[in-house]
Order: sequence, then C-alpha cells, then structure tokens
Amino acid sequence: MNRRDFNQLIGMGTAGILMPALPAFSRSVEPEALLEPGVDVAMKKRLADAAMNAAKSKGATYTDVRIGRYLNQFVLTRENKVQGIINTESYGVGVRVIANGCWGFASVSDARDESVVAKAAEKAVTIAKANARLLTEPVQLAPQKGFGEVSWKAPITKNAFEVPVKEKVDLLLSANAAAMKNGANFVNNVLFMVNEQKYFASTDGTYADQDIHRIGPSFTVTAVDPQNGRFATRNSLSAPMGMGYEYLQVNPSDKLSGVTTRYNKGYDMLEDITSAAKQAKEKLSAKSVEAGKYDLVLDPSHLWLTIHESVGHPLELDRVLGYEANYAGTSFATLDKWQAKNFNYGSKEVNLVADKTQVGSLGAVGWDDEGVKTKKWDLVKDGILVNYQAIRDQVHIIGEKESQGCCYADNWSSVQFQRMANVSLEAGKTPLSVQNMIKDVKKGIYIIGDGSFSIDQQRYNFQFGGQLFYEIKDGQIAGMLKDVAYQANTREFWNSCVAVCDQSDYRLGGAFNDGKGQPAQSSAVSHGSSTTRFNGVNVINTARKI
Amino acid sequence: MAIILTEAEAKALLTKVLSYSKADECEVNLLGEERGNLRYARNEVSTSGSLINQNLQVQSAFGKKVGVATIDEFDDASLEKVVRRSEELARLAPENPEYVGVLGPQQYLKSNGFFDSTAKITPDTRADAVNKSLQLSREKDLVAAGFLQDNYGYTAMMNSKGLFAYYPSTSVNFSLTVRTNDGKGSGYVARGYSDFSKLDTAAGTRIAIQKAQGSAEARAIEPGKYTVILEPTAAVVLLENIFFNMDARSADEGRSYFSKAGGKSRLGDKIVDERVTIYSDPTNPDLPASPWSGDGRAQEKTMWIEKGVVKNLSYSRYWAQKQGKKAVPGPNNVIMAGGNATLEDMIKSTQRGILVTKLWYIRSVDPQTILLTGLTRDGTFYIENGKIKHPVKNFRFNESPIIMLNNLEALGKPERVVSTESDQNYLIPPMKIREFTFTSLSDAV
Repeated sequence: MNRRDFNQLIGMGTAGILMPALPAFSRSVEPEALLEPGVDVAMKKRLADAAMNAAKSKGATYTDVRIGRYLNQFVLTRENKVQGIINTESYGVGVRVIANGCWGFASVSDARDESVVAKAAEKAVTIAKANARLLTEPVQLAPQKGFGEVSWKAPITKNAFEVPVKEKVDLLLSANAAAMKNGANFVNNVLFMVNEQKYFASTDGTYADQDIHRIGPSFTVTAVDPQNGRFATRNSLSAPMGMGYEYLQVNPSDKLSGVTTRYNKGYDMLEDITSAAKQAKEKLSAKSVEAGKYDLVLDPSHLWLTIHESVGHPLELDRVLGYEANYAGTSFATLDKWQAKNFNYGSKEVNLVADKTQVGSLGAVGWDDEGVKTKKWDLVKDGILVNYQAIRDQVHIIGEKESQGCCYADNWSSVQFQRMANVSLEAGKTPLSVQNMIKDVKKGIYIIGDGSFSIDQQRYNFQFGGQLFYEIKDGQIAGMLKDVAYQANTREFWNSCVAVCDQSDYRLGGAFNDGKGQPAQSSAVSHGSSTTRFNGVNVINTARKI
Repeated sequence: MAIILTEAEAKALLTKVLSYSKADECEVNLLGEERGNLRYARNEVSTSGSLINQNLQVQSAFGKKVGVATIDEFDDASLEKVVRRSEELARLAPENPEYVGVLGPQQYLKSNGFFDSTAKITPDTRADAVNKSLQLSREKDLVAAGFLQDNYGYTAMMNSKGLFAYYPSTSVNFSLTVRTNDGKGSGYVARGYSDFSKLDTAAGTRIAIQKAQGSAEARAIEPGKYTVILEPTAAVVLLENIFFNMDARSADEGRSYFSKAGGKSRLGDKIVDERVTIYSDPTNPDLPASPWSGDGRAQEKTMWIEKGVVKNLSYSRYWAQKQGKKAVPGPNNVIMAGGNATLEDMIKSTQRGILVTKLWYIRSVDPQTILLTGLTRDGTFYIENGKIKHPVKNFRFNESPIIMLNNLEALGKPERVVSTESDQNYLIPPMKIREFTFTSLSDAV
C-alpha cells in the first residue's frame, strides 16, 4: 500500500509506472558521489555520543541515534529515449529519546557537527516533555543488551553503483527495442537501485554500522488497439531484491520454464520483455472470464502480495493493539485468537515464517532500528496462529522478554516504528512440481504476476488481480483469460489451501513501497513462496461498458 | 540565515546563484520548511516528530543537454560549487529530445495560503490541541487514535530568462479514528486548513465519537446495487482518480480512459451528468494554492469538466508544442461545484439506500474504465423511507467514478476535505448516486 503524491502523479496517468518514492529530502548528486565513503565511522560515533550526552543532560532516560546516508539511482526510459538518470543522496541524523516516560523525536539534515546533533537531541527531549503531560501510562521498553561496536554488510557480489550508467541505459534501451520489435506500442522501463548506509547507537551500548543494497528493475509494456479504443498492459515478472547488480546477470538455473518463463535470483530482462510484448497483444483479444468459483494456482510472482496483505499486515502487533487504527487499521487476528493456541489461520499445509535474516530479501539486516539482533520465527505453524511481529515497547504485552527485531524507519528524518519482517510461506515438504499441481485441477485459473490489490482495515475481505491469467480445464492450460479478480476472506482463503509446491519452485517477490504510519513511511519487504493451490475461490469479471 | 526566507531575501539569493551561471540556460528552485507532528493511539500520545529542511536546486542546460545539482548549504562558495556541478553534469548528459527550454517572465495570480497562526505552532500548541481530543474520548470511555501535522514553508524559483516566482504557505491536517471499547463501532473525521485558528479538534472529535457510537451493532445486508449518499470524505477518493488521469499525452497515445476509439481523445466529449463541473483556481480563499506550477507556468482558473463536458486535459510543455496546443499545467488544487441539497434532504428523499461516510484502500482495477475497488469504513448506514434505520456491515465495491457521475441524483454544498488516500485537500460536495455497485461483505469494523 502506498500513498501517492498528487503533484508527481498528475499527468502520469496510466502511462506511468508507479515509481518508488524518493526518500525525503534527497539531493541529487553525480553518479560518482554514490561511491564516495560518506562520514567516517569514528566521526559517526562521536556524533552519536554527543547526542546521547546532550539528551541525558536534559533528562532523557533512554536515547538512540540513527545517522543515515541514503543513496538512490533511477534510470528512467521509455521506448528509445532516456527520460532521466537521477542520482540522489540524503544524509542526516534522527534522535529518539524517552523523557518523563514519553517518546520524543527530532531530526536534522546534513549534520556533521557535534553541536548540531546535540541541539536536535535537546529538541527531542523538549517534545517528549511537552507530550508527557498527556500521558497516563509511561513507555515500557523491553531490555536489550548492548552489542558494542558491530557491523553488517549485505552479501552482494556486484555493487550496482559501480556499474557504469551507460551499461544500465544500454540494457534498458535494448530491452525496449526488443519489446517494440515484438509488437509493443509503448514501453516504460525503470531501474531503481538503493544503498542504505545506516549507523545506529543507543544508550544500551550498541554502535551498529550497516550497509544495505537493493535493486528493482520494472517495466510496463502497453499494446493499443486504436480502432476499438482498447489497451492492455503487461508488467515485468521481476522482483525487487536485496541484491546487487548480479540480479541482472542471466543464469539458466534461475529460470523456470512453463506457460511463461519465471525467474528466481537472476532476471533475464530481454527475454521477459519479449514475452511481455507478445502477451500484452494477446491480452487484447483474450477471453473474458466467466465469474464463478475456481481453483486457483498462484505463482510466487503473484502470491507474495496476497501473503503481504493477508498475513504480513494482520500479524503486526501494533495493528493488533490499535496503534495504527487511524490509518492502516487494526487486525482480525486479535490476542484472544493467539492465546487460544488453536486458531486455524490456514489449513495444515500452511506454515508462515517471519525472517529478518533471509539472504537476498529486501528486509534483511543484522540489527533493527532499535538495536535488536535480527532472527527468524514462526507466525503460523501447521495452520495455527502462534506469534506476531513486535518491537521493544510492545513485547511485554504478549509476554515476551525481548523484541523480535521489527523496528524500522525509512529515513533519518522519520521516527522508527514497527514494520513488517519478510513474511513467507514455507515450501511443501513432499516433492510437487507446478506441472503436477495443474494436472489435478479440473476447473481453475493459473495466475502469474501481481496486479490490483485491496483489503479491508482489519484484513478480512480482499480482492486481487494479476498480470497473466490462464484457464485450466481438466488438468490442461486452455488459453489466456482477461478481466479476472478474485475476492475472498483471509481465513477462508488460507484454509482452502490444499497444496504447496516443493522447495525447487521457491522464489521471492516483494515491494519497495509498503506504506504505513503517519506521516506515511515506506518500507521494502520480501515474501517467498512456491506455487500454491487454493480451492473454490470466488472470481469476478471486472470488465465494464462505458 | 533563517530557514524561511522572505520574498526579498529569496530574490537576492537566487540572483546571486544565477550570477555564477555560464550555461546557455539556468533555472534555480529554492525551498525552506519546518514541519511538526503528534500522533496518538489507545488514548495515549505515541510518536511525534519535528523537522527542518532547506534545499536549492540548480538546472543548467547547454542546448538540449541538461544537468541538475542540489545543495542545502548557502554560503557563496557552496552556491558557486552547485552551479559548476550542474554545468558539469549537463555537459556529460545525453541530449534530452523533450527539453523545451526555460520560460520567460510570467504573470501570476495573487493567492494567500500563508497564516501566522499555523507558522507559530509549537510542541505545546500541538499537545494542547490533541489534549482537547483525548479528554473527550477518555471521558466517554472510547478509544482514540489520531494525528495532527503542520507545515510552514515557502518555495521560490528564478531563471536566466528573468522568470521569478515566490509562494509562502502553511497547512495543518488533523485526522482521528474513535472506536468503541468492544471494537464494534468506529468513527472517523479529517480536517485540513491553511489557517490553524480554524481547526477545532474538540468539534472534530465529537463527530468521530457520534459515528463510533452510531455504527456499533452493524447488521449485514446483501451486497448489490444501491442508491448511495457519499459524504465528501468518501466521494473524494473516487473522484481524484479521474483527476489523476487527465493527462493529454496518455489520452493521445490511446492508453487512458480519456482515449477513445479511432485514435482520438475525449476532449470536448460529454462524459458525465451535466450537473458535474470540476475546475481549479489557486485563488479560492477556502483552498488557496500556489499560483505557479513547478516549471514556472502560471496556474489560471481552469475548467476541467464543465456541465459534464471535458474542457481541458493537462499538457507538458513538450507535448503541447508537439501537438500545437496550449500548455495547460496540471492543477495545484481541484474544486467540484455543488448543488443546493443538504445531506438531510438527500436522506429524506431516499426510499432505500446507504449513507457512506468514508471509503478505504482504493485501487485501480481496470484503467480502461477507471474501475476502482475499495471498501466502506468507519460508519456505513442503511436508509429506509427517508430515515437512517441502522448501521450496516462494511461492503467492498467495484465501481467507476465515471459511471457514478452518470448516475448522479443530487449534489450538496462543497466542503474542504482531505483525501485519505493521497492526503491532498479538495473542495468536494456530498452527492447522491443511484445504482452504486457493492460486490461483497466485510466483517471489518
């Protein structure tokens, strides 16, 4: 879910790809600046210590300091044109304190001077004290041991910022040419790269320096039938990944063949865009779906978003408790359902895990944004709800002694709060291929790629579209469908899960722009799964005559 | 130096920046702002924040080669450095065939969007405003979660062809959800103003309380086609999807609702009921907006849909030049004209219908028809024989705002509302619509 900026969006219309939002207060820089080292770690420690000392002297009982340098590069193209190459850097310091039992936060851009961060720390204490007079229950922070001076680096093999811009432009323009040659009328093709250099320090005694890399290629191919005034699009089947440029290296072992090729940890843009151009045209004349109940076979490039909305969000403890009631909403997965230890979130096939350490995922880090070491844990085990995702000021409510490490802020200027871990459906334990799964379906739809999505504020009722829909008749793919969306209730849907393909089909999907909080913050998160079958799901036809 | 510069200070700074330029063309954009916010939930304050930001962006061009560089330090050496860097980037850039050069001096309308009351907000002012809301929810044994945020700043620009623009503005947005303790009722209110003295958090809280109490014990009724009365907060999140799509280029390229068969656009076509008129006007005192767009073009009072007919689509300067059209910029505010009906009149004239106070999680399902999906939330009520009978469970809908505005029954008086999807403020009337399509039920409260 993502709020959209009015002024940026107006005029983009349907022609535009929904762009990942720029981090707040970015300044544009030359590409070489993306490889410069930034503030030295010893200096960061001095700045952090200055902030912590200043806050303490004004009466703070706890302080944490985040010094962040956020580097982005966008390469934007359409058809045979480069629309823009944007390089941005955002650097600043955010200080969070507890004073008189209340949180306070203040931030400052481009702080390289100890007196400037000390002033921000004092401001955070002033704000905490102003708000404390409204408080009836002081913040309870779960104890956290200090880890001393530590560091973590994403295990990438090729830093995308070291690859010359020309190489990226050439890749995108050659892909666009392939799409136009294969029948596309328009192509928008964007490559987005991120490097978060985050330094965290707290009065618990942790000084964690972390280096996070992400990459996201995405295109939309459009086919137009001007005579009938119709158009159809097909988006890329790539995933945003917690990887370097190695994600764009073509590797046959990362391809899964079938009705269309799908990709694991190596993405073949040229091949996918060629298929996309043909499929966008095919969509224009595809059969419009007949509404009714179908068995759904959902590819990981589609299912990640259903997992995100119907599992990831309802199992965020802050939503369960009501902290997000005014915007993102609350949750049907209330504490009594968890306490009962027998709430069937899904069928026995359903095992859902949260994991902040998964290699290649968007959400992987060593320490979260309040100094907790990251880990993997069960959310739904053999279909039963067993746990939530929490942070330090909430875990006492579910009787836990330490946080699960889900605290995150999207920028130095944003206050950290509970965000979703990578939440994934575990692969089936018995060998099962996609082909064998489809073989058993009498009346079904095979859905590939994510499309339209919407879910209620307690995460009961949802509706999802997709990129590619194939009718399954008596175990065979019978052709392409269009105008497909499915509506279901979260618990009924996950209880209708009858089979999950094995580990050989397991892949990650994800998003850069999961929106939550006020002011809204963006977070990047991955969701893994293998192809999964759900029986008897309600499918609607979305075509309208105007 | 202060973060918020006066017009004279901004002009002096921008003139100095341009004096360093050696490029064919140079354009400089400048902004300064101070923001603050306070959040509460479970009847307690939760998080808060404060931020100070200033930024200067220089765009240099040699022919059609363009480079942009940005800086937030304003001493002479830094200013010269940022100009040189933008020039270096321009020399290295590929030619941008869509670059049309900077504009000359423009005449702008006068618009007052700056209010001292908002500029002077402190952490204590925020805490006091929130306290008024918290006291009411605590007294009634209800649970409040809300958000108050304010912004104070200016934007300015100047270029080598003599264009200069300056606009100071303030804004405050307040939103609140009140829930009953048993979780069976939920009510919402949102208010947006340029002038903080107009914000009454207690009055807003009373509305959310009334909706929370009134929506408890909702009954399920069958989904299907119903007459609906949409409060402005509900209507706006559907209507803004029409505004987002009013781009001429997408329409001309055949890939938008505003395209039509035969390769033409719907410009000049009647697309909705003749009572629908939608326009933008930066000088509107209830919704002041900047009188210039980001590239310096003047924002005029512009008709987008008049008496149901598409009067304008927005053009980039490049696309306008290519098509030989006037380069009408996308609007900085949007206003929908209203009618005479009050909300009470609309309810009274309804035999069987649904009052919708808020819609949530709006997403495009089919851009060809602007078909949207989403759900009702925080107060949905059944109307029978001209009276509100009882609250109903929430629905999912699949509906196009174009179809909806063809099924228009009545319009009320426009109110300033905040979109719960985009945070943008608009002036939108309440409206009564027949045959609105609800496709399923939700248990969510």
